[in-house]
Amino acid sequence: MATAVTDAIGPEASPATAGGNYLTCDRSVRSWVFTLDHKRVGIMFLVTVVICLGLGALFALLIRTELTTPGPTIMTETTAKLAAALSLGDTRMTPQQMYNRAFTLHGAIMIFLFVLPAIPSALGNFVLPLQLGAKDVAFPRLNLFSYHLFVIGTLFFVVTLLMGGIDTGWTFYAPYSVETRTAVTTAVAGAFLLGFGSIFTGLNFLVTTHTLRRQGMTWFKMPLFVWSLYATAVIQLLATPVLAITLLLLAVERVFGVGIFDPALGGDPVLFQHFFWFYSHPAVYIMILPAMGIVSEVISIHSRKHIFGYRFIAYSSVAIALLGFLVWGHHMVVSGQSPLAGMIFSLLTFSVAIPSAIKVFNWLATMYKGSIALTTPMCYSLIFIFLFGLGGLTGLFLGALATDVHVHDTAFVVAHFHYQMAGGVLMAFLSGLHHWWPKMTGRMYNDKLGRYTALWILIGFNLTYFPQFILGSHGMPRRYFDYTKLLDHIPHLTLYQVISTIGGYMFVSGLVMVAVYLIASLRHGRPAPANPWGGASMEWQTSSPPPPHNFDTPPQVGDPYDFSNLVYDEELQGYVRAR
Amino acid sequence: MTSFLIRPTILADTLLRESGSFWLPPSSSSTSPAVDRVFYLILGVCSFFFLLVVSTAVLFVVLYRRRPGREAQKTATHHNLLELTWSVIPLLIVIVIFYEGFVAYMQMQAAPPNSYEILVKAQKWNWFFTYPNGHIDNDLHVPAGQPVRLLLSSEDVIHSLSIPAFRVKMDCVPGRYTYIWFQCDDPGVYELYCTEYCGDSHSDMTARVVVHRPGEFEAWLEEAANFLKKLPPAEAGKYLFTRRCTQCHSDDGTVKTGPTLKGIFGQRHAMADGGTVSVDENYIRESILDPQAKVRQGFQPVMPTFKGILTDDEITYLIEYIKTLK
Repeated sequence: MATAVTDAIGPEASPATAGGNYLTCDRSVRSWVFTLDHKRVGIMFLVTVVICLGLGALFALLIRTELTTPGPTIMTETTAKLAAALSLGDTRMTPQQMYNRAFTLHGAIMIFLFVLPAIPSALGNFVLPLQLGAKDVAFPRLNLFSYHLFVIGTLFFVVTLLMGGIDTGWTFYAPYSVETRTAVTTAVAGAFLLGFGSIFTGLNFLVTTHTLRRQGMTWFKMPLFVWSLYATAVIQLLATPVLAITLLLLAVERVFGVGIFDPALGGDPVLFQHFFWFYSHPAVYIMILPAMGIVSEVISIHSRKHIFGYRFIAYSSVAIALLGFLVWGHHMVVSGQSPLAGMIFSLLTFSVAIPSAIKVFNWLATMYKGSIALTTPMCYSLIFIFLFGLGGLTGLFLGALATDVHVHDTAFVVAHFHYQMAGGVLMAFLSGLHHWWPKMTGRMYNDKLGRYTALWILIGFNLTYFPQFILGSHGMPRRYFDYTKLLDHIPHLTLYQVISTIGGYMFVSGLVMVAVYLIASLRHGRPAPANPWGGASMEWQTSSPPPPHNFDTPPQVGDPYDFSNLVYDEELQGYVRAR
Repeated sequence: MTSFLIRPTILADTLLRESGSFWLPPSSSSTSPAVDRVFYLILGVCSFFFLLVVSTAVLFVVLYRRRPGREAQKTATHHNLLELTWSVIPLLIVIVIFYEGFVAYMQMQAAPPNSYEILVKAQKWNWFFTYPNGHIDNDLHVPAGQPVRLLLSSEDVIHSLSIPAFRVKMDCVPGRYTYIWFQCDDPGVYELYCTEYCGDSHSDMTARVVVHRPGEFEAWLEEAANFLKKLPPAEAGKYLFTRRCTQCHSDDGTVKTGPTLKGIFGQRHAMADGGTVSVDENYIRESILDPQAKVRQGFQPVMPTFKGILTDDEITYLIEYIKTLK
C-alpha cells in the first residue's frame, strides 16, 4: 500500500513514552479496579479467566484420575465424606455424587468462566480498539461493568462450589435440575449475571466497530480478528438473552414451583432443551469464531504472507454467525423431536460445515510460498488447524442422523466437543496470548521453551481425547462414574482410559509450563520491540506496551496483511517500516 | 448373573457371535448395517480430508520455513474460482453424507406393523420391561427374527435407552411417549445402557438384552412370569433384591445412596423428621410403596415409589429376604 510508506517516524524508533505506558502510568489498586482503559480491563479479564481455567483443569484431572480404574479410584467413601465435611450444603456424599459434581463443575467452569469469555473479553478487549486505531471501546464504563458482572458471576460459582457444588451437568437439563437438591439456583444466578456481562461486551464491540474505526479504515481493511469479534458480538447480543430467560424460568420453577419444564408440575422438559440449545449452540460459535480470527491473524503474520481470500474468510464468519442460529435441534435428535425436525436440523447443520472448511483451506493457501516462522504463536495456530480439523470432521458423524443416534451422549461426543473447545478455542487462545503477549506486557518470553511446550501439549491432548472417540463409537455412555459393567463389552476399555488419564496429566502439565515461562518473562524476558513479528495491523504501530491512550503518534491505515514494507531491524530485534 | 432364566444355549450364542471391529461394536440389528455404512463413509471422508489438510500444512512448513536468503513470495491474495471450488466440493460431499444419514435414519423410524410391543419404564436407576402377559423384567428379552417395538416412558427425569449393538437410542421423557424399534436375528446377550445423565447412580442403570432363539421366547415368558412362585419366599426376595434394589441399597453393610438393609429388621432408627421408627414388616412395606413417608436421618428423600412395579407377593418376598440379613 502506497499510503503506508510515506511516514516512517513511528513508535518503533522511540519505544519509551513520557508518563509511562498503560501498565505503569498509575500503579494503585484503585486505578485498576475502576479503570476505564480497555487494555486494563482486558488484562483483568485475562487474569480472572486463567484462574478459572486452572480451577476447571483441576476438576478435569479429578475426573480423569477417577476414571483410571473401573470402580471408585480416588472418589471413595472416605474422600466423599471429606468432601461432604468441607461443603456447607451437604451432610453426606457418596462417591458417585462426588463424581457427578466434579464433571458438572468442570463443564460449567470451563464453559461459562473460561471458553466463552477467554478470547472476546480478555484478548478481544485488549486488541480490538488497537486494531481499529481507536483510543478505547465505545462505552468504557459499560466495559468495566461487564468485568464487574463477570467477577460477581464468578463469585456465585464459588459460592455454589462451597455449598457442595451442583450435579446437573453443565446443561442443567430439566426436570433433573428442578428436582435435585444441589445448589442449582446459585449457579444459575451466576450464569445469568455472566450472560449480562457477555451481552454488554458484545454490544460494546459492535458499536466500537461501527463508530470508532480510524478514518480511512473501511470494513474491508479491518483485520480479520475484528471481523470475527464483530460476528461474535452479533451472536452474544441476540442469543444470550434467551439463556438469561431460560435460566430465570428454571430458577422460578425451582423456587416457586411454577410448572414450566417439570412434567410433574405440568411443564415440558423438551421445551427446556429447545431454549437451552437455542442459546448454547450459537454459543459454541461465540467460542470458536474469535478463535478462527486469531488463527487468521497469526498464520498470515508469521508466514509473512497476505491472507488468502480475505473476503471469503470475513463473510464466512458472518455466515457461521447467522447459520449457527438455525441448528440447535441437532442436539435433540433422540429427545423425542419429530423425525422431520431432525431432518431439517441435520441439513442445516451440514451447511455450517462449509464456511469452516473454507477457512481451513484459505489458511493453508496463505502459507503457500510464505516465509513460515515456527514461533510459539504459529505453532499453536498450526495445532489449532490439526485439532480443530479433526474436531470439525468428526462433527460429520454427529450431523448425519443415523450415526448421530448411535454416538449421541457417548464419549464420542465428549471427544468431539473437546477437540473443538480445548483443541480449538484453547489452542487459539494460547496462540493469541503468545502473539500479543509482547504487546500486552512489553516482554518477550522464551520462544524455544514455548515451542517444545506446544509439542508436549499436542501429544498430551491427543492421548487424552482420541481414545474417547473409539470408546464412544463402541457405545460407552458419557458421565459414567463406574464402568465395571462395561468391561466385557468394550474392548481395551481400561487401557484407553489409562492412556486418556496419562494424556490429561501431560496436557495440564504443559499448561502449567506455559504459565510458568510467561510469568517468568515478566521479570526476566527481554524488552519487547513495538513490532516483534512484523504485523501490519495498527496494534503493532504503537509501543509495547502501549501508552494509556494507545497511540502517541496517529497510526496509519493500510492493508493489514501487506507486509512488504516491513523489514527486520537487528538492533531493535523487531520490524520497522522501510523508508 | 441374575436374569430370569437365561438358557445356556443363549450364552453359547453370545460367545459365537461375531465381535465388533476397531471402531464399532457387533452389528446385530436389521438396521445397523445401514448405519455402519454411513459411519464408514464418513470415516473415509474424514480420514481423507484430515490427511490432506495435515500433510499440506506439514509440506508447506517444511518447504517454506523461514531461513536466511529466502523471502516470502508474492502470490495471488484471492482467487474466486479456486475458493468456489473448495466451497462447492465439500458442499456436495456433505449433501451426500446428509442423504445417506437421512435414509438410514428413516429405516430406524418406521416400525413394521407386525412388531411385538414391549412397554418400557425408566425410573431412577432401573429399567422395567412389561410384557403382554403382565410380567415385569429388569432385562429386555426379545424373540430373534421378529421386529420389536419399545414404547418408552419415564417415571421421573429424562433417561435414554441405548443398545449399541443395534445402533438404537431414544430418550425416555417424563410426560410423553417415545418409541424405537429393532429386529435382531442373532440370538445372544447384548448390553443396554442409560445414556442420558439421570443422577447419582446413572452408571448403574444398565441392563441386558436377551435375544431368544426363534420359538424359545414364548416358553421363557411363560416360565419367567411364574418363576418366583416356585422359590422359597426369602430366596425369591433375594432374587428381586439384587435386581431392583442394589443400585441404592446394599445387603452387606455398605452405605450407598440409601441405607444398607443388613441387620435393620427389628432395629430402631432415627428419622429425618425427628421421630424414631422400629423397622417391621409394615414399615418396610410403607417404605417401598411410599418412600417419602418416613426417611432415615442422614439420607435424602430420593427413593422412587415401587407402587405398580412390585406386586404384594413380591413385597412379601423382599421382606422375608430382609429378615434373613443378620
